[in-house]
Amino acid sequence: MNTPKACPVTAKHITVALVGQPNVGKSMLINSISNAHLHVGNFSGVTVEKTEVLFDYEDYHFTVVDLPGTYAFTDYTIEERVTHDFLCNQEYDVIINVVDSTNLEKNFQLTSELLTMGKKVVIALNMSDEAKKEGIEIDAKYMSELLGVPCIKTSAATKEGIETLLKTVIQTYDQERKEPKLVFSEAVEEEIENILKFLKNHHCELEYSKRDLAINLLKGNETVYNMIRKKPIWIELQPVVLEAKRHIELHHDTDDIKEAFAEEYASFIRGILAETVKINAPKREKTLTEKIDDILIHPVFGIPIFLFFMWALFQLTFTLGAVPMDYIDSFFGWMGDVVGNTIQNDDIRSLVVDGLIGGVGAVVLFTPNIIILFIGITLLETTGYMSRVAFLLDGIFHKFGLHGQSFIPLVTGFGCSIPAYMSARILKNDRDRLLTLFIIGFMSCGARLPVYVLFAGAFFPEEMSGTVLFIIYISGALLGLLAAKVLKLTAFKGIDEPFVMEMPKYRLPSFKLVWHNVYTQTWMYLKKAGTFIAGATVLIWFLSNYPHDSKIEEFYNAKIEQASTQEAKHKLQNELGEALLADSYLGRVGKFTEPLVEPLGLDWKMNVALQAGLAAKEVVVSTLGVLYSLGDEVDEATSSLKDRIKEQIPLPSAIAFIVVIMIYLPCLAASVVFTKEAGHIKYFFYLLVFTSVAAYVMAFMAYRVSLVVLGG
Amino acid sequence: MNLIELDIGEEAVVKKLTASSDLKRRLISFGVMKGAHVKVLAVAPAKSTIEIEAGKMKLALRKEEAKTVEVERV
Repeated sequence: MNTPKACPVTAKHITVALVGQPNVGKSMLINSISNAHLHVGNFSGVTVEKTEVLFDYEDYHFTVVDLPGTYAFTDYTIEERVTHDFLCNQEYDVIINVVDSTNLEKNFQLTSELLTMGKKVVIALNMSDEAKKEGIEIDAKYMSELLGVPCIKTSAATKEGIETLLKTVIQTYDQERKEPKLVFSEAVEEEIENILKFLKNHHCELEYSKRDLAINLLKGNETVYNMIRKKPIWIELQPVVLEAKRHIELHHDTDDIKEAFAEEYASFIRGILAETVKINAPKREKTLTEKIDDILIHPVFGIPIFLFFMWALFQLTFTLGAVPMDYIDSFFGWMGDVVGNTIQNDDIRSLVVDGLIGGVGAVVLFTPNIIILFIGITLLETTGYMSRVAFLLDGIFHKFGLHGQSFIPLVTGFGCSIPAYMSARILKNDRDRLLTLFIIGFMSCGARLPVYVLFAGAFFPEEMSGTVLFIIYISGALLGLLAAKVLKLTAFKGIDEPFVMEMPKYRLPSFKLVWHNVYTQTWMYLKKAGTFIAGATVLIWFLSNYPHDSKIEEFYNAKIEQASTQEAKHKLQNELGEALLADSYLGRVGKFTEPLVEPLGLDWKMNVALQAGLAAKEVVVSTLGVLYSLGDEVDEATSSLKDRIKEQIPLPSAIAFIVVIMIYLPCLAASVVFTKEAGHIKYFFYLLVFTSVAAYVMAFMAYRVSLVVLGG
Repeated sequence: MNLIELDIGEEAVVKKLTASSDLKRRLISFGVMKGAHVKVLAVAPAKSTIEIEAGKMKLALRKEEAKTVEVERV
């Protein structure tokens, strides 16, 4: 990745940490700085990993680490934690603090905290073009003087100041670090002075500047405490710091030193801004954002408007997405045939065609849906509308222990659990996101529809199937909300996470940003999920095909040859399929675990179908078809399979079967994505246990109740 | 009085934050701190969530969080 020609001396390697609050145009800036998209930049809220951009400028080799947006120097959200950990524990030379010129008062909160970190800082006054439009005039030179830190006006949109920014970073890198001029109120300055005097008298030499050390001790900065606690001087220093803290808290009439410092910073910032910023804006009228909000978060029309947007997105996702899906499906079918014809060995052909190509095909099949859905979600988010949705819905969802933004992943779950799990990333808080991830499976995905259609058709007259389907979907969703409540009261117990969220300005996102985001998401899905899923599908294929007892095959083949009619041959072929599946590892497991599912009224065949359904729900219908001996080519429309099921499965068992389908793990692909999104394999096992137990208990209850009601 | 008692369009000055220290820090990082000027911009159905303006920033708070911000009407 290095381009050695521009980097002749290793000493000229600059690592820059790019830090800023969310929605300040950081990713746009990094794109204009580097020009080259070596790594794709992140944008607020979706990528929580830091990204690196490498490029050369003049004789310097730059590594810019783009850290997730963070409001304050805390570790409240994942983004903040990533940024916090990097800034405290990693090696870097210069911090570029990107601020939004139109809202300096808020942005400088973070800045003032960065200034006490003992690092070289350059401030990029970004969006300076927007500020100009709004009549905000900033004296960057005077600001640099007052802060003791270079402030450069930049604009990612007009490329203004980008060169100057880089030159300043180089200058700052080459020079010794200058102490920023962070001035506090007299009371605090006095205490700092006391501590400084103490440090000087005791000849305490540390890598931190003494003033930074004093400030951080007063603020209760953990890293600094850890560093100094090991020194003998600590014993004498402690009472000094304690006394100073008490004075400051008293002065600010609070028992929270951080609050006191926040007030200190705020008044310092107000002072700086009063000197350096002039606002020539005419008397404030309603901004465009406020006008749009009058409609979109209207107390009455707000929710219907949102529901319409969602409906439109789903229409697009599943109707428009279905078009390329058919092509992809037939492409992989065709590829399977072509490749299959070139392979002589039956076992290898089956592995390649049914296992590998089939498995990868099943993953690629969902790509169009994912692309459309992510375009939609990216638009909802980058325009700022998503925050409004959370605002509108939080009241209802909070009652079930969920977050307003949980709505999007949950509704997406009705289409397919995979994009649903991925879209849960919009939830910033760990616990909210995990809880939502656990509930998504309750929203019946599209792949379960064939099973529902089959059973509804088998047991109910045609005109009632629609209603039955509706009942299945609704009860699934209600169960999900109930499960959320139960989980919230048990596993995710504790105080509610607070809901305090910025309502960003409405912005029209650039095509580039949307494209980058959708591209990255899709590629990650194909790459990571694809490799896992392909491997796992091969495993399921293996389990359902081996051990391959050739005796069974020979026995039936002999019979098939002797069979006189086509019908008899077909019947025998089905019997062969059933016998082979029963003898496979999967079949053996199904038979072995049959006593376990007996209380639910399920036999080993339904058990095997359910287990095969762990791979994908589409497999359930075809497995049932094989097991109830109708040949491989079955779909939900096959009337004879309906008849068979009606004949052989009692209604209470069928209901229990459907209940299990509704609740247990969606599919293998979704499980892989779930694990990735949840962040740890242990969550997958929690999910497995949770859904299995829930499915078992609910199915048992459904079976028993229907036995009584139906008098079976 | 606290934030949730204000109606749309009303303005107030923050008097005290009574939240736990995590939430307090979060509020402060959004500019809601003692002495800050706030204005209620919108309320969600049933006043379960409110939107306020603090400085130049607009933010949404749940009812429970809004209750921890003591204010005085101006």
